[in-house]
Amino acid sequence: MGFLDILQSIIGPAIFFSAPLILTAIGGVFSERSGVVNIGLEGLMVMGAFVGIVFNLTFIDTFGSWTPWVSIFVAMIISAIFSIIHAIASVTFRADQVVSGVAINFLALGLGLFLTKQWYGKGQTDMVSRPFYTTDVPLLSDIPIIGPLFFSGMYLTSYVAIAFAFVGWYVLYKTPFGLRLRSVGEHPMAADTNGINVSRMRYVAVMISGAMAGLGGSVFALTIALNFSHSTIVGQGFMSLAAVIFGKWHPLGAMGAALFFGFAQSLSIISSGVPLLQDVPQVFLLIAPYVLTILALAGVIGRAEAPKAIGTPYIKGSR
Amino acid sequence: MLKNRRSLLILTLLLAIGMVLGACGSSDGDSEDAEGSGSDNSNGEEAAGDDFSVAMVTDVGGIDDKSFNQSAWEGLTAFGEENGMEKGQGIDYAQSTSDADYNTNLNRLVRSDYNLIYGIGFLLAPAIEEVADQNPDTNFGIVDSVVEKDNVASIVFKEHQGSFLVGVAAAMKTESDKVGFIGGVDSDLINKFEAGFRAGVKSVNKDIEVKVQYAGAFDAPDDGKAIASNMYSQGIDVIYHASGGTGNGVFAQAKDLKQNDADRNVWVIGVDRDQHEEGQINDTNVTLTSMVKRVDVAVQDVSTNAMNGEFPGGEVVEYGLEDDAISVATTNEEAMTDEIKTAVEDWKEKIVNGEVEVPSTIDEVKEFEDSL
Repeated sequence: MGFLDILQSIIGPAIFFSAPLILTAIGGVFSERSGVVNIGLEGLMVMGAFVGIVFNLTFIDTFGSWTPWVSIFVAMIISAIFSIIHAIASVTFRADQVVSGVAINFLALGLGLFLTKQWYGKGQTDMVSRPFYTTDVPLLSDIPIIGPLFFSGMYLTSYVAIAFAFVGWYVLYKTPFGLRLRSVGEHPMAADTNGINVSRMRYVAVMISGAMAGLGGSVFALTIALNFSHSTIVGQGFMSLAAVIFGKWHPLGAMGAALFFGFAQSLSIISSGVPLLQDVPQVFLLIAPYVLTILALAGVIGRAEAPKAIGTPYIKGSR
Repeated sequence: MLKNRRSLLILTLLLAIGMVLGACGSSDGDSEDAEGSGSDNSNGEEAAGDDFSVAMVTDVGGIDDKSFNQSAWEGLTAFGEENGMEKGQGIDYAQSTSDADYNTNLNRLVRSDYNLIYGIGFLLAPAIEEVADQNPDTNFGIVDSVVEKDNVASIVFKEHQGSFLVGVAAAMKTESDKVGFIGGVDSDLINKFEAGFRAGVKSVNKDIEVKVQYAGAFDAPDDGKAIASNMYSQGIDVIYHASGGTGNGVFAQAKDLKQNDADRNVWVIGVDRDQHEEGQINDTNVTLTSMVKRVDVAVQDVSTNAMNGEFPGGEVVEYGLEDDAISVATTNEEAMTDEIKTAVEDWKEKIVNGEVEVPSTIDEVKEFEDSL
C-alpha cells in the first residue's frame, strides 16, 4: 500500500467517525458557554438516533430520497424539545446540573427502548432502507491528491458537521447573541445588570445543545448503525463532552478534538495494514484512542479554562 | 435556596425512577398476560392429564426478533404441535423488557410449575444459574451458553462447522481471491468461527488470502464499518462477520459501496440467523448467505428428550450439522448459485460422515492449513 492509499484509508473513516462527535460537541460548547453543564449529551444523542430512525422508517414513502435529511431535521427539533427538561431542571429549578444531565441520559435511553418495544414489539428497530450514502463531491473530487483524500467517498453530513463548527464559531464570537451567551456563562450578574435575560439565554443555549446532539445522534444512526437498539449510542456523547473540554470550550477547538478522536480510532483499525504498525499487538491499538485522549487532556493542552459561572445556577439579586 | 435545590434534586431523581418504573410497568403488563395463561395452563394440564410442560424466557429482543427468541419459540410451538399442546396449554413464553426481568420471569414460571424452562441467549446465563440453584426440582435449559448445574442443560452449537461451510461459499464467490473475517471480541468462542471459516476457505482454494480482524466489541458499528471499509478498499470482496451489533456497520459499508457502484462485487456473510434483510439495498442484496444456528431444532430436541425422561441435566449438548441444527441460508438465490449450493452440500456431507474434521481453535486451524 502506498502512502497515499494509507492516508486515504485513514482519513475517510476518521471523518465519518468524527462527524457525529463534532455536531454534538458544538452543542455542548453552546450549553457550557452559557454556564450549564450538559452531561446529558449522550441521552440527547440517543434521542436523536431514536427519532431519526423511527421517522425514517415511518415516512420513507412520503419523502422518498429526501427521507434521511428530513429525518435528521426532525430529530434535531425533537431533541431540542426534549432538552428543555434539562433546562427546566437546571435553570428554572436550579437543580444540580450534573444530576439533571444524568437523568436525561437514563430517561432518553429508557424512553427510546420502551417506545421501540411498544411500537415494534422487539428490542431493536428494523434497519432503515434509506440511510445516507457516501458520494464523490463533483469537481472537487477531481483535484489530484486532495480530491481523493477529502472529497471522494464522503458523507455530505460530514461537511455539514464541519460547516456547523464554523457557523458555531461565528455565532459565538462574532454576533451580539454569542457575546450575550458567553457573558451569561462568565458573569451572569453583570449580564443581568446589562439587561440580558439570563434564564432565557440559558434556555436557548441548552436547546441549541439539544438540537445539535440530536443531529449528531441521528447522523450516527443514519450513516453507521442504520437501526436503533440499546447499543446504538454507547459513549459517543461522553466522547463529545471530552471533545468540548479538550477543545477548550471553543467550537473550532471542539471540532479539532473530535477529528483527533476520529483519527485515533481510525488509526487503530487501519493500522493492521500499515507496514510499521502491523507488528504492534492489536490490544494496544484498540486502547490507543483513549490513552491519547488522557494524555492530551492531562498534558498537551495545558490548563483548560472553563467558563467561570459553569455549573452554578443564577439567582437574581444574590451576590 | 438550598432547600429549593434539594427539592429539585429529588424531582430529577423521581423523574429517573419514574422512567425505570415505567419500563417495569410495561413488563408487568406482559407478565400478567403470561401469568394469566400460566394459570390457564395448569388447569389445562389437569384436564388433559398431561404432566409435562415447557416454557421459555426471552432476552430483551422479544418473541418476534427474527433471531434466537423467535426461533426458539418456533421450536417450542413445533414441539407443542407434536404433543397436542398450544400456548398456555403446556407451552408458554415470558418476554423480558430489560435485564432486570430475567429473574422475575424465571421465578414466575417456576411457580407456575413448568417442568422445563429455557433461557434464550447467553444474557440469561447468570439468571438461570441463580434460579436453578434455588429451584433444584425444576429443569432448566440455557441456549448459547454454558451453566454448570445438575438441573441445567447447556445448549451450544458447533459454529465452526457452519463457519466452514460459509467459508466454502465465500471461497467460491470471491473474484479477487481475498476474503475477510471480522470478529467481535478475540475470545475462544469467536475464534471458533474464525477457525472454521479459514479452514473452509482454504479447503476450496488454499491460495485465497483470509484477512482476520477483531473489532474488540460486539456493539461498535462504527468500528465495524471502518474495518469493512478498509477491507473492501484492499480488494477483499467477501466478508464474514461474527460480531453481533458491530456487524451492522459491515452491512452499512457494503450497502454504501453497492449504492455508489451497483456492479461492484461486495458481499457480507451474516451470522446466527439469516441476515438477508439487513443486506437489502434497492433491488439487490449484499448478503451472500448466513451461518444460521437453528435454535428451534435444538429446543425441540431437548424438550422431547426431557419429556421422555432423558433430560440432559448438567451436560453440555452440542448441536451441529449432523442434527441439522446448523444451516447455511440460501435466501439470496441470485448470489448462491447452484454451483455454490452443490459444493456446500458436498462439504456438509464430508463433515457429517467424518471425512473432514473441522478445526475449532486457532492452533488447530494452523495445523489444518499446513496439512493442505
